[in-house]
Amino acid sequence: MDNQTKLIMIAPEKYIIISTILFCTGLAGVVGRTNILIMLMSIELMLNAGNLALVAFSQIHGLDGQVLAFFVISLAAAEVAVGLALVTEMFKLKKSSQTDDLKELKM
Amino acid sequence: MEWLILSTFIPPLISAGLITLFFLRKPVIAINLAIFSVCISVATTSILYIPLSKLGELQISLPWLEISGFNGTFKFHLDTLSMLMMSIVSTISLIIHVFSIGYMRGDNGISRYFAGLNFFTFSMIGLVLSGNFITIFIFWELVGLSSYILIGFWYHLPSAADAAKKAILANRLGDTGFLLGILMVWGVFGTTDFDNIQSQLVHPTASFTKLGNIIALLLFCGVLGKSAQFPLHVWLPDAMEGPTPVSALIHAATMVAAGVYLLCRVYFIFAAAALVNPLPFGLVALDVIAWVGAVTALIAALIAIQQTDIKRILAYSTLSQLGYMVLGVGVSDPASGPASSMFHLITHAFFKALLFLGAGSVIISLHHKQNILEMGGLARKLPVTFITFFVGTLALCGIPPFSGFYSKEMIIHAAESNKFLFFICVIVAFLTAFYMFRLLLLTFTGSFRGHDSTKIKENPLVITLPLILLAVPSAVSGLAGIDQVLIKFFGGTIEHINLFEKLYAPFKFAAHSSWWGLCAAVAGVIVSSFLYLGRSEDLLALRLKSLSQLLVNRLYFDEIFGCIIRYSHELISRTMAWIDHWIISETIIGSICGSVGILARLIRLLQTGSVNTYLGIATLIILIILIWLLPK
Repeated sequence: MDNQTKLIMIAPEKYIIISTILFCTGLAGVVGRTNILIMLMSIELMLNAGNLALVAFSQIHGLDGQVLAFFVISLAAAEVAVGLALVTEMFKLKKSSQTDDLKELKM
Repeated sequence: MEWLILSTFIPPLISAGLITLFFLRKPVIAINLAIFSVCISVATTSILYIPLSKLGELQISLPWLEISGFNGTFKFHLDTLSMLMMSIVSTISLIIHVFSIGYMRGDNGISRYFAGLNFFTFSMIGLVLSGNFITIFIFWELVGLSSYILIGFWYHLPSAADAAKKAILANRLGDTGFLLGILMVWGVFGTTDFDNIQSQLVHPTASFTKLGNIIALLLFCGVLGKSAQFPLHVWLPDAMEGPTPVSALIHAATMVAAGVYLLCRVYFIFAAAALVNPLPFGLVALDVIAWVGAVTALIAALIAIQQTDIKRILAYSTLSQLGYMVLGVGVSDPASGPASSMFHLITHAFFKALLFLGAGSVIISLHHKQNILEMGGLARKLPVTFITFFVGTLALCGIPPFSGFYSKEMIIHAAESNKFLFFICVIVAFLTAFYMFRLLLLTFTGSFRGHDSTKIKENPLVITLPLILLAVPSAVSGLAGIDQVLIKFFGGTIEHINLFEKLYAPFKFAAHSSWWGLCAAVAGVIVSSFLYLGRSEDLLALRLKSLSQLLVNRLYFDEIFGCIIRYSHELISRTMAWIDHWIISETIIGSICGSVGILARLIRLLQTGSVNTYLGIATLIILIILIWLLPK
């Protein structure tokens, strides 16, 4: 047994960079794709990126970040449930999974 | 004692009101009431002579409006000048009221006529007694209103209605200038009271030095309208559409003299304006006045020599004599004042009223025919009319010892200072004698050129008595010493000469002008007799065909004015229509509409209906908000 266990501290900036890349990817997916399921997955990706940033900062500011990450995960789960219910309704109505087909409000 | 001043003009007003309210269908009561009220005016005027000679002047003030900075009172002021005018106005008014009983007999609206005559008497006496500009302006307009009522008396005739409208419009144009002048007077002097202004003018202020002549010219604009000077002279000949006694009272003796009376009343303003900064070309207001009067006199005399309606000739004669009076004001010496014009006004009132009433007598005898080419030889049939008309004609032409000679000679003497004006005066004297004798000879001598002459006879006493009553002052008022009274009033010096010496006094003291005037008049009489005595057609019209046509058509003044008014109105209204359509509607409102439309179409582009677009825009906006809020 080691009496000295070394914690490997990776600098928080690296976590933030990855979080940003993941967030932007998710954003691009939401705005750029037309398949509704892919858009939902991209939203999840954005939420996860946010979680990563929270946990990274809890190194500096205390354990509040990790507690908040738990909240976000449960929130994401609830949101996915509601979102998939809406997707089911959309399938029943439009028989398609493309948001291009939701054009009722166009003049 | 001062309330007696009010009782000179209030009784005719009350009488006019009573007649209009109660007695329109009872002509007998109306006529008696009307004449009674004018008798009260005449009586009060004579009674007022006694306190006036003791005190020198009387005043009465009735407060009206008192706002800070503006004190409007009705002020009535009786002095020598207004006493003279008032006596003439009331006596001539009474004489004409009596004449009207005979002239208007049988007319349906006779009560309305007498109410109108009374209202006019009230307005004119009120004007003559006014002591400040506000009062005189109010009565000025009232006199214009009475003129409108009386000219348009036979209102169902379109010509009469048009003539009344023309009179009031021409008057109103002059009154615009007059009102501007009054406002300027108030601005420069702080008051509109005549006595106050006269005492302030002893030491003129700086603002008066700059504006004096402009004020004088604007006040003269009122005279242009009321006394029918060029170019607003067009209403007076048309005003002959009214009954002949109306023409005698209003448009010969009194109302048109109101302008000249104003000039004499506020002469101190013109005299002071002659000493301050002149207008462009070195003119002072008095020069402009003199030339306007001269032009009016000349034009009117030229037009009169070819007219054929008896009343039109007398109307143009009035215009010409008014031009003389205004000329007299313009050339008078600021030290001694316009006594000559006032004197001519007084003598002219008498003989012109006489001439008009004589014309009325002729018109009645011929059953309302007015063309002198259809008359002739009436001297034997209407002897009294002929004699009185002859006296009036001699007085107007300026033949001594009749009154017109002395008053005209005074004006011509004053005009000696300017050679052109003197020349015009002499020419007008010649033309006056010419057309008056043309009128006299064509109407009364020769043989009758009308249809049947058996029914013509002299009119009853109610018509001939006024003629006789007016012929007496026409003959002798030149010798009664009125000019001495006037010269003394205006500050000149007089010498006391007895009656016999007064006869030839002009030849002694002002030989140049009196001989020129007399020779011009006599020449006019001779030429006129040569052309018209005993003839039955107008030789002059046959010899000078196109020139005569020009004069018969009144030098086309009415047509020129009509064209000017019509074309300027069209120009203005077309310009306004263009501006309204192209600039206001199309450009301004059009641009607002268009820009709103474009903006709407731009915003509509956002409504794509596509979910992805909406998400993208939402993301963009959130980013922008975050970037803004982050630095804070």
